Amino acid sequence: MAGGVLALSFGVLAREAGFSALGALVMSAIVFAGSAQFAAISIIAAGGGIGAAIGAAALMNSRFLPMGIALAPSLSGSALRRAAQGQSVVDASWALANQGEGRFDRHFLFGASAVQYVTWLGGTAAGAFGGSALGDPRTLGLDAIFPAFFVSLLLPELRDARSRGVALAGALIALALVPVAPAGVPVLAASAAALVGLKRQHAQRTAA
Amino acid sequence: MSAELWALIAGCAVVTFAIKAAGPVALGGRDLPPRFAGVIAIMAPALLAALIVTQALADGERLHVGADTAGVTAAGIVVWRGGSVLPAVSLAVVVTAGLRALG
Repeated sequence: MAGGVLALSFGVLAREAGFSALGALVMSAIVFAGSAQFAAISIIAAGGGIGAAIGAAALMNSRFLPMGIALAPSLSGSALRRAAQGQSVVDASWALANQGEGRFDRHFLFGASAVQYVTWLGGTAAGAFGGSALGDPRTLGLDAIFPAFFVSLLLPELRDARSRGVALAGALIALALVPVAPAGVPVLAASAAALVGLKRQHAQRTAA
Repeated sequence: MSAELWALIAGCAVVTFAIKAAGPVALGGRDLPPRFAGVIAIMAPALLAALIVTQALADGERLHVGADTAGVTAAGIVVWRGGSVLPAVSLAVVVTAGLRALG
């Protein structure tokens, strides 16, 4: 349900950012990573370049690296087959398929992700093709959807003092750069705040 | 739609595929170096915070507090108090649109 609404808003806002309806649908079909898609088109909508947009999408997706590594022992078959199976990793289904102690129910993962994929594509199509019937996205307040969604992803991440410090530093770096740097660069530069993670700490969290 | 945006879509698809494939293909059963894992673990808070402030507190290249700032703050309060994504995002939209309608 929430995924469908977010997909719908992605479709609407992608059109606003200059995408064709087909383009928005193709992006959802072949990228299938909500927060990365949101990050990329946020930067395009703000006037940023495609390099910055792809960079932000890649950084946003970096969390899939440890998630994929955790999943790896539960997959089987050739390298190509495992690469394909790894594409099914999305936050919610990965978390639900986690059985603890490093084991994952891969069939549950594939099934849960397939459902999300259909919802994601259907919502994007509805927003991209039908969104113009809604009227001006700004009048409707739809431009608040992405940042509000990002807030709902961020707050649960702020469990410890280090995450809070990193989030604050990232926000300050971005705000300081907004008036002077090209759009997109402030977000990329904010990722430097994560370099504090190079410092060891006692309890490592596995996945973001 | 411009060729640049198609290139953006292709670029995002390639990096997403590569990142998702890397673990299962290359690093199966092995752990990331702890320092590298430490950086990735806190990448999300840094990026999310930056995305939020550049959208809710800025308008293009200037800092700007507006109706959307209030809407996003309202969403933050909902999530902070244990609410889920959908009510939070819905409230953000309603507050933002409402304030704009009041002008």
